[in-house]
Amino acid sequence: MSVNTVTKPLATTGRLFAFGLDVFFALFRRPFQVREFVQQAWFIASVTIVPTALVAIPFGAVIALQVGGLISQFGAQSFVGSAAVLAVIREAGPIATALLIAGAGGSAIAADLGARKIREELDAMQVLGIDPIQRLVVPRVLAAMVVAVFLNGLVSVVGVMGGYFFNVVLQDGTPGAYLASFTALAQLPDLWQGMAKALVFGMIAAIVASYKGMNAGGGPKGVGDAVNESVVITFLLLFVVNFVMSAIYFQLVPPKGA
Amino acid sequence: MGVEVRVEGLTKSFGRQLIWGDVTLTLPAGEISVMLGPSGTGKSVFLKTLIGLLKPDRGHIHIEGHDIATCREHELYQVRRLFGVLFQDGAMFGSMNLYDNVAFPLREHTKRSESEIRRIVMEKMEMVGLIGAERKLPGEISGGMRKRAGLARALVLDPEILLIDEPDSGLDPVRTAYINQLFVDLNAQIEATFLIVTHDINTARTLPDNIGLLYHRHLAMFGPREMLLSSQEPVVAQFLNAQRVGPIGMSEEKDADELAAESSVNMPPLPPIPPQLLPSDGRPRRTQQPAGDWCRRNGVTPPSGSFADNMVMTPGAPA
Repeated sequence: MSVNTVTKPLATTGRLFAFGLDVFFALFRRPFQVREFVQQAWFIASVTIVPTALVAIPFGAVIALQVGGLISQFGAQSFVGSAAVLAVIREAGPIATALLIAGAGGSAIAADLGARKIREELDAMQVLGIDPIQRLVVPRVLAAMVVAVFLNGLVSVVGVMGGYFFNVVLQDGTPGAYLASFTALAQLPDLWQGMAKALVFGMIAAIVASYKGMNAGGGPKGVGDAVNESVVITFLLLFVVNFVMSAIYFQLVPPKGA
Repeated sequence: MGVEVRVEGLTKSFGRQLIWGDVTLTLPAGEISVMLGPSGTGKSVFLKTLIGLLKPDRGHIHIEGHDIATCREHELYQVRRLFGVLFQDGAMFGSMNLYDNVAFPLREHTKRSESEIRRIVMEKMEMVGLIGAERKLPGEISGGMRKRAGLARALVLDPEILLIDEPDSGLDPVRTAYINQLFVDLNAQIEATFLIVTHDINTARTLPDNIGLLYHRHLAMFGPREMLLSSQEPVVAQFLNAQRVGPIGMSEEKDADELAAESSVNMPPLPPIPPQLLPSDGRPRRTQQPAGDWCRRNGVTPPSGSFADNMVMTPGAPA
């Protein structure tokens, strides 16, 4: 194994972090691009809302099926609702958000910036004295963060509704027991950590997608590669970060009743 | 009044591949210079280095007391306001129509009112002959129109230096002639320093005050137009007359055998030097020298028939 195969990924990682820092500093530079932010938020929301809702329903359903079956074997049917809520809010919400914000939102950002890169639009912008990071990337990162938080809420609501439907209608659970046990295990900090995760996921997805898009090269194929790489890298990062944040959360907030 | 650009010992490589080394030249203030070179010799890279989009490995680029090659990002954004750049395909922002594209630098950098912006934008659009196409998107127009729109956008902040990347690629000869005339007229009007990167021999022979030739990873020659057009230097003579005989081969350079075989062959005689392109309103160019002046002062006899009016412009044809 040559030195290059070790240093190259490290160098890329370093550049990605440097890019993230550039974005962070550009965040405080005025004027803030309100218009671009609103347009991007609207755009990202429009490409993610419907797929997110459609993903959330089977997500809630599969949790209801699995957990419902398991809990019935323990003879604790009255806690099916609480288990489903816990699973959806703590894990399913952020995970589904991560999938969609990276797969739909991130790929769209990478494709857009990649196309601008190879058409020399980004060069032209720099030459006109405008920093593309401040003008294009910062609004996209903020938009992805905001939309991710809302998507997380959407997944939670739709997922719980999906779980309710499957438990009550298909597994002959009782609506009363399902609803009554809602808050037996779940607590308010679960909701906060879900939102915090979504916020971080949105940021990571948008930064990786912007970085890959702005560094696309080699014509149309380069843009395709950039989109592909950005989605793969984002998935990897988001699942790792999700694990780390969950582990930290369990240290900070003790489970209810413990 | 344009600004002088002084390049000293500029060297750029990508990885281990040297693009060009030790390029030293001065673009005189307010004059039109053309940079020539076979495909793949890094002409566009040179242009991008001049505006600081690429960092050179070594060397300096002095513009009004700033050194583009070493200055900080913040300073770079300041100096760039002196520049107008026309990219190969115009580099228009695809999401905006032509009017908004041209107005973009004004809206970002100045606090002018919309009516004032409108006046300036329409003035530049008229200069490049795009009145009536303001509401079109860049995707809906031809390559030539995109180029002219890019030129209008490059002009909108009244640049002191205009860098133009292959204005004639993908343009028909008539449009090329028009756009060359436009450059000469613009130069007379706004007095900016022009650097044009091109492949087109007609453009190179008639348009500029100075010509540079990048070849084989170095600057082969840079100087007044008449100096290069009367040069017997094989590379320069070959390229400026579009001939096969000479050191430039189909691949980047000819191999030793081919060169040895050709060394006995004499270079064909130089064709006559055409007169310089003049502004369309009959005014002289700002830094115009009498035709043949350089040749006289340096004791060079121009090829016979040079500087005649109505010269037939057929590059490569025997004189």
